[in-house]
Amino acid sequence: MEERFDAIIVGGGLAGLGAAYTLASEGLEVLLLERGDYAGAKNVTGGRIYLNPVRDMYPDLWKKAPLERFIAHEEVAIMAKERSLTLRYSGEELRTEPYQSYSILRAKFDRWFAKQVERKGAMIVTKSKVDDLIFENGKVAGVKAGEDELYADVVIACDGVLSLLAEKAGLRKPGNPKDYAVGVKEVIELEAAVIEERFGLSEGEGVARLFMGEVTKGMFGGGFLYTNKDSISLGLVVSIKELMENKDRIELPVMFEEFKNRPEIAPLIKGGQTAEYSAHVIPEGGYKALTKLYGDGILVAGDAAGFSMNIGVTVRGMEYALASGYYAAKAVIKAKEKGDFSAKTLAVYEEMLKNSFVMQDFINFKEAPHVLENPRFFTYYPELVTSIMRDLYAVPAGPKERLYPTVKKYLGFKQLWAMAGDMRKVMKI
Amino acid sequence: MSEPLNLKAKLGLNVFKEDKERHINIKPGMEKDPRLKRAVLVCPAGLYSLNDKGEVEFTIDGCLECGTCRIACGVEVLDWKYPHGGAGVQFRFG
Repeated sequence: MEERFDAIIVGGGLAGLGAAYTLASEGLEVLLLERGDYAGAKNVTGGRIYLNPVRDMYPDLWKKAPLERFIAHEEVAIMAKERSLTLRYSGEELRTEPYQSYSILRAKFDRWFAKQVERKGAMIVTKSKVDDLIFENGKVAGVKAGEDELYADVVIACDGVLSLLAEKAGLRKPGNPKDYAVGVKEVIELEAAVIEERFGLSEGEGVARLFMGEVTKGMFGGGFLYTNKDSISLGLVVSIKELMENKDRIELPVMFEEFKNRPEIAPLIKGGQTAEYSAHVIPEGGYKALTKLYGDGILVAGDAAGFSMNIGVTVRGMEYALASGYYAAKAVIKAKEKGDFSAKTLAVYEEMLKNSFVMQDFINFKEAPHVLENPRFFTYYPELVTSIMRDLYAVPAGPKERLYPTVKKYLGFKQLWAMAGDMRKVMKI
Repeated sequence: MSEPLNLKAKLGLNVFKEDKERHINIKPGMEKDPRLKRAVLVCPAGLYSLNDKGEVEFTIDGCLECGTCRIACGVEVLDWKYPHGGAGVQFRFG
């Protein structure tokens, strides 16, 4: 079989579907190849999606999108070995439409998104794995998928965090452990009413809680909990480099089980039925770890390009995937107008990204990965903060110590000096 | 895995479709490479384990296709591909 398309998109995740949606909307002939049984079958998120950055790129999409709950409460739990401190932020703006962010289950959402893409006229073939690129005169000219050779003016590699295709195109090398984290997650089913009662939510509201500290045994990473409509997404994210070098030889599944058994977590998921256990690599190397974004006849978008970012307070990837897919499509449209799909023309993709929130975020936060790697954030500070709380709340049999000395004994000159040092680094974020 | 956990049962909740062949293989001659031991710590599905001789054993059943072992051990040690189209894990929630 030999067929020709304007563009072949590899991978039915948010970058690929976003690119296909945008191209098909402009009338281009698009083929999207997805190796799973359906778009979303291989995709995992924490997950929460922020809509503001991508709302206008996909104006017709959000009204009927199968999202879970809008996030009305932002929580962070600082976890020490034997104690913890949880903060909950609730704000009027989080309760007001259009909502800033939603919890999301990707198998559900992507499958629905793929239908919208097909409605726009793109062709989606599932259960089709791309094995290789086809080169003609040094330029990418198509893909090989099993027995099929498929040709197009341009290939958009949206094949996920490992992007074997970008490797084959010479746009990247296999990933370095320091630039990646692994995430594991359970989806735990609970009735909507139980979720709302347990987490203090009004109907339809959701909560996002991040956990930092002991949950990752001092390694770079953290835990997350998102409430879906009638389930909870509970997971851990840990630096691959730190995990594979950890001296105590703690295995990730054991770490996750211990997290679930924490007294702060166990009652939240009590009575729930685990419905699925998933895992995925996450790009966390930031700006410095981005791959080359284009070559002759090829563009790279989404996780494949490294577009995911952890800055501590937020962990984001899906908006960057949707936006990079959108701009990749816009670059292809420009290239088609010119009738030239060489790297020189496709370079407009990077220009567009630089003028958008995508590259601006990556440049602004380029120091975040190595600043946040500081092990003191995961052991020292959680123990310090919770020890102060313990002493403040303690009522001994004898007289209670005055509050100021209670706190001050933890904050001598040496400690404050070290904190100031950490602070100077944090100020780079 | 050093602890039994309920990992097998947990993986049993997922939908897996059988593949024609193993999509991840230890490269010939690399069975004793120390880099393989990293996979024991990082694999979310616990598919890599150390046997009595201190060698790494590996099974593909329950692979979540997350890619962590490829990043941790590297491509000199592992021959790493995705399963064939329509095979492997099919997430219903994701």
